[in-house]
Amino acid sequence: MIALEAINVTKIYGTGTNAVTAVNDVSLSVRRGEFVALVGPSGSGKTTMLAMLAGLLKPTHGQIIIAEKDIGRMSESKRTKFRGQYIGFAFQANNLVPFLNAQENVELLLRLNGKLNRQSRESARNLLERLGLGERLKNRPGQLSGGQQQRVAIARALIHEPEVVLADEPTASLDTERAHQVVQTFAELIHEQNRAGIMVTHDLRMCKYTDRVIQMMDGRINRIIADRREILRLAGAADELDGHVVPVNGKPVLAGDPLADVRGI
Amino acid sequence: MSFYLALKEVWRNKGRFLLIAAVVALITTLVLFIAALAEGLASANREYIEKLNGELLVFQEGTQLSTTASRIGRQRIAELRRVPGVAAVGQVGFSTLKLVPPDGSADINVAFIGVEPGLPGEPPVYAGQQLERDRGNNVIVDEGVVARLGTKVGDTIKLKVTQGTKEEFYDLTVVGLTDRRQYFFQPAIFAPLNTWDKIRPDGNGSGANTELISNIAVVRLQDPSAQAEVAKTIEQTVKDVEVADRRTTWEALPGYAAQQSTLTTQQFFTFFIGVLVVGGFFQIQTLQKVAQIGMLKAIGLSNWTVGWSALIQIFTVNAFGVAIGAVGTLALTSNFPVTVPIMLTGTTALASVLALLAIGPLGGIVSVFVLLRIEPLRALGMAQ
Ligand SMILES: Nc1ncnc2c1ncn2[C@@H]1O[C@H](COP(=O)(O)OP(=O)(O)OP(=O)(O)O)[C@@H](O)[C@H]1O
Ligand SMILES: [Mg+2]
Repeated sequence: MIALEAINVTKIYGTGTNAVTAVNDVSLSVRRGEFVALVGPSGSGKTTMLAMLAGLLKPTHGQIIIAEKDIGRMSESKRTKFRGQYIGFAFQANNLVPFLNAQENVELLLRLNGKLNRQSRESARNLLERLGLGERLKNRPGQLSGGQQQRVAIARALIHEPEVVLADEPTASLDTERAHQVVQTFAELIHEQNRAGIMVTHDLRMCKYTDRVIQMMDGRINRIIADRREILRLAGAADELDGHVVPVNGKPVLAGDPLADVRGI
Repeated sequence: MSFYLALKEVWRNKGRFLLIAAVVALITTLVLFIAALAEGLASANREYIEKLNGELLVFQEGTQLSTTASRIGRQRIAELRRVPGVAAVGQVGFSTLKLVPPDGSADINVAFIGVEPGLPGEPPVYAGQQLERDRGNNVIVDEGVVARLGTKVGDTIKLKVTQGTKEEFYDLTVVGLTDRRQYFFQPAIFAPLNTWDKIRPDGNGSGANTELISNIAVVRLQDPSAQAEVAKTIEQTVKDVEVADRRTTWEALPGYAAQQSTLTTQQFFTFFIGVLVVGGFFQIQTLQKVAQIGMLKAIGLSNWTVGWSALIQIFTVNAFGVAIGAVGTLALTSNFPVTVPIMLTGTTALASVLALLAIGPLGGIVSVFVLLRIEPLRALGMAQ
């Protein structure tokens, strides 16, 4: 069942001579229980696309349908409410409320949706335990490591049983080992709980936990890799290059790079 | 949700919020002290006139309500008594002389006020008895004298008068005590008009043959609500007088208006500083929280929730500071002796506290608007 659909979506920033077409006529859909990676060089429009899918940015043209509703048509306040109900978020930074502890941060989404009760509290605790934070429930973000914070963010993104879960470079501030742990658990939970997940990432190694890789380039979809073996090959090649994996600024590093086509060189 | 976020944040950052509450408490103390000083000085100036048992005061025409310049004689008093609507008229005379404390300490300036026993102008006693005869060396003293000398009914007090170049001393018997009736910042002593006239500097001495002259006349009306009409009738039927009510009179006291407006200005500026300090504090907080607020809006918190949360927080912290400051100031001022012109009455305190409670919302308005304008897109490190 399709949870999220983008139909001929275009985003143009600015007007006249300053106009930048960040996303150009992109269509995609994600099913429930499917985890999709959104990759591509810097400036290719990944974050813009994610912002539109999240209902944070209105497309210039096209439609975004989540849970059978066109979120581009909603008023600002309706969309805000919709986000709280239907979308789970994990951001790159500033994920958590600094004055709330791990458990309270997760419960925030339950509270927001009026679903905070004994039972849901219990499931928040279970989820955090599942993410290895059983001993850290009462710690505030400042007392948690980057990886732990990111795991709290993942718990928060899932606790209110959203239709769609979105993550923007969730591993950007983590070392390799932590990054693998975090994304692996994230993928597991998305599959288990049957959510539609989209993750923007620069780290192609993380693709091995996803079911489909969508590569963007200059605001368009350049390539889609859905074959399991292809994805593993891509992630494996990235793994071999390890330290030379596409840096954050997205500039190619090696000549004869096996990932050149994915990076869009 | 708004309450939850607002109060959780305060609770988890007690130190920081306590600091700003302490600043608010100090500002509150300052504002209340100025208010108390204004009230204390005002009442030390006007107390006697404010509490007069007559609605109208009659002055000699052209003296611009100056109690020292005005002269009203027997003749006018008789005319005043005949004006319809007038219930009673009392002559009142003012002078300043020195009270000699029995323990030999420095003389005290006092308002020596001549009144007609049983007529408007004579204050009611709470101990002892009213003045009885038109002559005699009996006096009523007010709380200001009692506070300084510990005077009791039956005591003798010594007054010093400088007549020309020579000093004269008078011993008078205290027959009654009255509440605070200060006049022109001085504690008050009330004597029968004849006695007053005999003792006061530049008085008539024996005064036997001359007309008994006072400074003003105090008029009590049959119907207090007919004040304006009777005042008009008096000015029309009695020659060479002008009439004022109590408020008009005390507002015309030398320096009264200037002093009050100075203090009001000070109070306003302190209040204004409060608004700026609180506003500045919350503005800095807000600017530090931009990313966090963007994230909260992205995950589904409405502008409404975020704005309310900020207002609740500002109001709570500010109110807490005001409460501490107010309680502290009240505790402090209630222990001041009568001799210190600091007086915090219920109404002035309440008015100041209400104004101070508005400091928070006023100061916070800018930061709330900043909060409302933060875009949820910030959560993705973007802005439109
Ligand atoms: N607010 C904006 N105004 C104008 N142009 C913008 C704005 N935001 C992004 N762009 C432009 O849109 C294009 C796509 O940007 P976007 O941030 O979506 O890329 P990205 O794929 O997320 O890049 P990165 O990998 O560096 O995060 C870029 O050319 C960028 O300069
Ligand atoms: Mg980006």
